[in-house]
Amino acid sequence: MSVRQSLLAILDQGPCYGYQLRAEFDRRTGSSWPLNVGQIYSTLDRLERDGLVERTDGDTEGQIYYRITAAGHREVAEWLRSPVQRGVAAARDELAIKLAIAATLPGVDIAQVIQVQRAATLKSLQELTRAKNASGEPESPEELAWTLVADAMIFAAEAEARWLDHSEARLARASAAGLAAALPLSTETPKRGRPAKKARGAAGPAKARAVTAATVEAASVVTAHGEGVSR
Amino acid sequence: MSRAATAPDELLRLDGVAMHYGKGETSVTALAGIDLTVSRGELVAVMGASGSGKSTLLTIAGGLTRPTSGEVIVEGQWLSDMSPARIAMLRRRSLGFVFQDFNLVPVLTAIENVTLPLELDGWKRGKARRAALDALDSVELADRADRFPDDLSGGQQQRVAIARAIVGSRRLILADEPTGALDSTTGEVVLRMLRGRVDAGAGGILVTHDARHAAWADRIVFLRDGRIVDESTADRAESLLTGRHTV
Repeated sequence: MSVRQSLLAILDQGPCYGYQLRAEFDRRTGSSWPLNVGQIYSTLDRLERDGLVERTDGDTEGQIYYRITAAGHREVAEWLRSPVQRGVAAARDELAIKLAIAATLPGVDIAQVIQVQRAATLKSLQELTRAKNASGEPESPEELAWTLVADAMIFAAEAEARWLDHSEARLARASAAGLAAALPLSTETPKRGRPAKKARGAAGPAKARAVTAATVEAASVVTAHGEGVSR
Repeated sequence: MSRAATAPDELLRLDGVAMHYGKGETSVTALAGIDLTVSRGELVAVMGASGSGKSTLLTIAGGLTRPTSGEVIVEGQWLSDMSPARIAMLRRRSLGFVFQDFNLVPVLTAIENVTLPLELDGWKRGKARRAALDALDSVELADRADRFPDDLSGGQQQRVAIARAIVGSRRLILADEPTGALDSTTGEVVLRMLRGRVDAGAGGILVTHDARHAAWADRIVFLRDGRIVDESTADRAESLLTGRHTV
């Protein structure tokens, strides 16, 4: 979604043609999210369909410019005013789900699962830090844009590392309290339709509650990965 | 005892270092057989939960505590062969410590703080002062040489501590949570300085619980229950982030 709104925000600065728009997006995001021109045109088509931009007649060289409409301008203002809602996408973080599932499986060394991830996360963090350190302080608006994206990735990786530390401690506490036991396959016949909400809060296996809590925490700290910068 | 020669670039080696407190049933193992080397130009971060043995490892590496077993070799010298007085001398000449709370002497100026270990080691005042100025210059604080710690910001105080750690011929920096008392941006400046000193030929161990700070190291070792359980090395060829100056 943010590609659409980013392109619209750029068009709010003045009419652009497709390649120009790609170049503008590129330099304003530190080249951290390469878009192909096909994506640009398909986005422009949708923006045009929704009445947010309109096509101009070709210039003398036949170049088609896209111009923002009043509705498009309002949409940009609304985008800048609103928070980005990661919502359910963050709760469905692949890593959080993997850990939650792994914690219910017998014979899985969950500490090792966490450590493997931690080493990988730290390695990413080292590489990002090295790239940022090699670049020094930003000296232009474009470099500043790149640094903002680099910082976002660094902080997201840090959050992931902290969440892993936290989960490890939580699981160790649960284990010490005798709560960490694998979940065997249930013999109950599942009801059709969506799972009943009460399953989470009911007096089911305490382990499941601990894992659910860990998952919710993950949703609040594991960020940015879904938002393109990690592509 | 015969001693194998160490590699010329090797600043520190821990060979099977173990540390137990107490005896018998009540014995507590802080470190259980640590092997670790630090070479010139290398920064090694040590991470682990509280009680994993991080700080014990640092005090043993710095010759402040003798391990129950195993060997500590600093610049080719086996600490187990040395008297406490000689270890103290080695500490002054070869090792620099950086702590979370800076540990500067408040009644001495920045340059006097940096000069102190050299003067304790018998350096002439003028020579010690020149070396201290060089060290302060390397952390971009030469113009603050005559300020007292109270007149310096936290970040500047920690940079003085780094200058003190590397002054003279010292090449091994042992840092225990050096950014713990600093805000995020200031901490980054301090780490950049530390990294710069290592890139210029020093070596160091950085004990931290902060992943973002550990990421400045070339290698990260993970301690759990006194053992190294894993290690992460940055792959210089690979980058997650392109653009600007692709590294």
